[in-house]
Amino acid sequence: MSARVGIVLFPGSCDEHDALLAVERAGLEPEYLWHADPDLKGVDAVIVPGGFSYGDYLRVGAIARFAPVMEEVSRFAVEGGPVLGICNGFQVLCEAHLLPGALLPNNSLRFVCRQVDVVVEHDRTVFTRASEPGEVLSLPVKHTTGCWFAPAEQLDQLEANGQLVLRYAAGHNPNGSTRDVAGVSNEAGNVLGLMPHPEHATDALTGSTDGLRLFTALSPVAA
Amino acid sequence: MSVAVEDTSRLFSEARALGLTDDETRRIVELLGREPNAVELAVFSLLWSEHCAYKHSKKLLRKLPTEGERVLMGPGENAGAIDVGDGLAVVFKVESHNHPSAVEPFQGAATGVGGILRDIFALGARPVAVLDSLRFGDLDTPRTRFLLERVVAGIGAYGNSIGVPTVGGEVVFEPPYEQNCLVNAMCVGLAPAERLIRSAAAGPGNVIVLLGARTGRDGIGGASVLASAELEEGDAKRPTVQIGDPFEESKLIECCLELVDSELLVSLQDLGAAGLSSSTSEMASKGGVGIDLDVSKVPLREPGMEPFEIMISESQERMLCVVEPRQLDAVLAVCRRWETRATPIGEVTDSGRLRVFDGDAPAGDMPVTALVDECPLYDLDPQEPVDRLAAFAAPKARLAPDASHDDVLRALLGSENVASRRWVFEQYDSLVGSRTVRRPQQADAAVLRLALGDVRTDRALAVSIDGNGRRVAHDPYIGAAEAVAECAANLACVGAEPLGLTNCLNFGNPEKPHVAWQLTRAVEGMAAACRALDVPVVGGNVSLYNEGPEGPIYPTPVVGMVGELPDAARAGRVGFAEPGDMVALLGPFTPSLRGSELARLEGRLGDGLEPFDLGDVREALDLVREAVRTGAVRSAHDVSEGGLACTVAECAIAGGVGATLDLEPLARRAGVDGRTALFGEGPGGILVSGPRETLLDLSTKAAHAGFLALGQVGGSTIDLAAPAARLGISVEDAGDLFDFALANRLS
Repeated sequence: MSARVGIVLFPGSCDEHDALLAVERAGLEPEYLWHADPDLKGVDAVIVPGGFSYGDYLRVGAIARFAPVMEEVSRFAVEGGPVLGICNGFQVLCEAHLLPGALLPNNSLRFVCRQVDVVVEHDRTVFTRASEPGEVLSLPVKHTTGCWFAPAEQLDQLEANGQLVLRYAAGHNPNGSTRDVAGVSNEAGNVLGLMPHPEHATDALTGSTDGLRLFTALSPVAA
Repeated sequence: MSVAVEDTSRLFSEARALGLTDDETRRIVELLGREPNAVELAVFSLLWSEHCAYKHSKKLLRKLPTEGERVLMGPGENAGAIDVGDGLAVVFKVESHNHPSAVEPFQGAATGVGGILRDIFALGARPVAVLDSLRFGDLDTPRTRFLLERVVAGIGAYGNSIGVPTVGGEVVFEPPYEQNCLVNAMCVGLAPAERLIRSAAAGPGNVIVLLGARTGRDGIGGASVLASAELEEGDAKRPTVQIGDPFEESKLIECCLELVDSELLVSLQDLGAAGLSSSTSEMASKGGVGIDLDVSKVPLREPGMEPFEIMISESQERMLCVVEPRQLDAVLAVCRRWETRATPIGEVTDSGRLRVFDGDAPAGDMPVTALVDECPLYDLDPQEPVDRLAAFAAPKARLAPDASHDDVLRALLGSENVASRRWVFEQYDSLVGSRTVRRPQQADAAVLRLALGDVRTDRALAVSIDGNGRRVAHDPYIGAAEAVAECAANLACVGAEPLGLTNCLNFGNPEKPHVAWQLTRAVEGMAAACRALDVPVVGGNVSLYNEGPEGPIYPTPVVGMVGELPDAARAGRVGFAEPGDMVALLGPFTPSLRGSELARLEGRLGDGLEPFDLGDVREALDLVREAVRTGAVRSAHDVSEGGLACTVAECAIAGGVGATLDLEPLARRAGVDGRTALFGEGPGGILVSGPRETLLDLSTKAAHAGFLALGQVGGSTIDLAAPAARLGISVEDAGDLFDFALANRLS
């Protein structure tokens, strides 16, 4: 039986259909989770997709974390359930304190949409366990607020824990993030957030297929 | 009926302030059989504005061909719709937001995107792509930099947040657009063909429901004040610019599509220029019914708004729908789920009148036909000027006439009109929706997988938008025909066949004879090209009075074209692919420096353009399309700004591999010198590369269309020879110049 993957739908979500297609391409079963329903429908993993939840008003991700569904997502994450936050989803998970650090405006102060190389630093998370450390993925970024930041003292700890899971390859950092970080995980490795869009790299026709392995890594979770 | 004109001088002065001529005011009095009150006068002034009534262009637009076997909806609906098979319809339209953007570029551009999106989902179609055609003044002036920065930011801020990719467009910098920039936005949508919904109101007793944002004082009088007169003192008009809220729109899109999908609506219409006035009148007119409206029920953003203000407000993110009473609860439930405000504000009647109430008090009562059909249409008074370019200053010379060929190529690749638009398109999300098969700069047209919901096909749509005002100023007929041919060429280069066309006619004041002449000739040229290439015009927009104190803009018809290709995986690319491939030029291309980018860099405006044969161009495009579809060619790129030398350089940069070409056969065929062969421009030229055998095979079919073998792909340099001319540049140097010129100029 293939894993069932929930995709959270906020007002203002944009990339939910793309996440759905990626989940399907990975041979998994997608299911939308409505923001107002505190119910994960028994899914095996959750994706918080990209977009502009609640218009990004107030501060990116700041309103979405209070949506009824997010209480359940937090509970699920704390209990060890796999949760992937992509772009706006990453921002939401940081606001919900499920992931360390915060996302600041890009150093260019502009939206940037570009294909970049991303290095997988660690295979300790549930999403990167099918990857080799050092592996380079070609993924697109598209965001205005993607400059991940954490204070210096916290950074060394995160580094030591192996939580700085994804880094932009040299010369590819599109936003000025601290230590070229593209994605971070929680300490347990079941929650991962990243600014690049792996769901937009699951079909050779529209780009690369390098993002697919982050989704296929979920296949065993239902077993 | 005789009307006592003398007694009503106050009426006439008020009407004049709203943009109505005295004759038009007299006509209104005649149609009503009495003087209009304030609400009625405001409604008439907007419905009878150039922007809403097309009173200077309607007769002319009848010259455009609009019929086609696959056309489902043509001009007159919110957007055009064409059958693309598999039960799907493609819906598209281009619209201008020039004047608002010149006054407040960020909101002007943002609401331009918001407005064109609503035109698309008003038909029940999901918007799947946006393209923008932009014109600004000299890139070195602070005003242009400010407008460019803010327009691009505004398009991005709106487009990126609503989950619709911006997949293409164009940006051109020329001094005549200094005061009056152009912001034309095009949207493409997809819908199940059988679900398309029209805007005609029907069924007396049915409920009129207002959806979306609250109504405020923003945008009051935008259509008449901004879009129907020349722009003089921009700052004083700032309050009439609308403010956009993409989050509200994103909910509104999902809400409306769910309402249409659930078949809960009788009809749907967006609120654009002239707000409730035009949307209610047009819905009633199309359905041959009347509408009663209670403005006291309209949710307001601020207290104390007068009935006339509510009727003409252009607050964004609002839609109007007609609902059968038995479906009202279901409609309101869907709206609640999407957190979209929905308010019954009136009902359909059989009176044929638009009646406005403020609670129980009557506030206005007008025959719908008077509002929509009785606006006087004006004949233009076209006169060809002795000197077509007299109104325009010659561009600043940036390049000496004796510059070496190497220097010319470098100057062209770094020119703001040729260089990569990377600085612009990287600020737009071009990927959301998972349909984008060819991203900006990968191919001559954007290519989108043809898929909607559960309908997934191997086919694709191709979309392109193009216009060249400077060339149209040189010759409006040929220039406009060239814009159509260029779009068709862009589609052919990805293997797509044109399905239909939408246009935006950006011109100066049509009451001036030479502008009337430009407009007339441009429409005639566009019509001829559409007929020759068999492309129906399914909708569009006219933007007149694009003038500032320093004069008119270049006459700028912008053409947006949508096509289809059978196999998305075979969509053409610009980049050279394989060392050893043959490079050839297809088509009847005759290079000329008249009206070219090189002439502009040298500070020259010329006279006229080379005439060309549309039939020959069509034959060449048919061959290219077929060659791309069968894989006979591995790259295809049409020759445009900067001539063949820039075309070769762009193919080399995109492919990361050089080429060696000798343009002597072209110079000989066209009877031109080496410099003209290298940098001359004109329609009907496609540079292709591919395996030697397949290209030689292609040459046998192209005897009439024109086929010249020019060289081959390979190495790390671009080496071009032409009679008494030679130039060379490394692909890396060319790429650095081309890719970063715009960013460097702006930093």
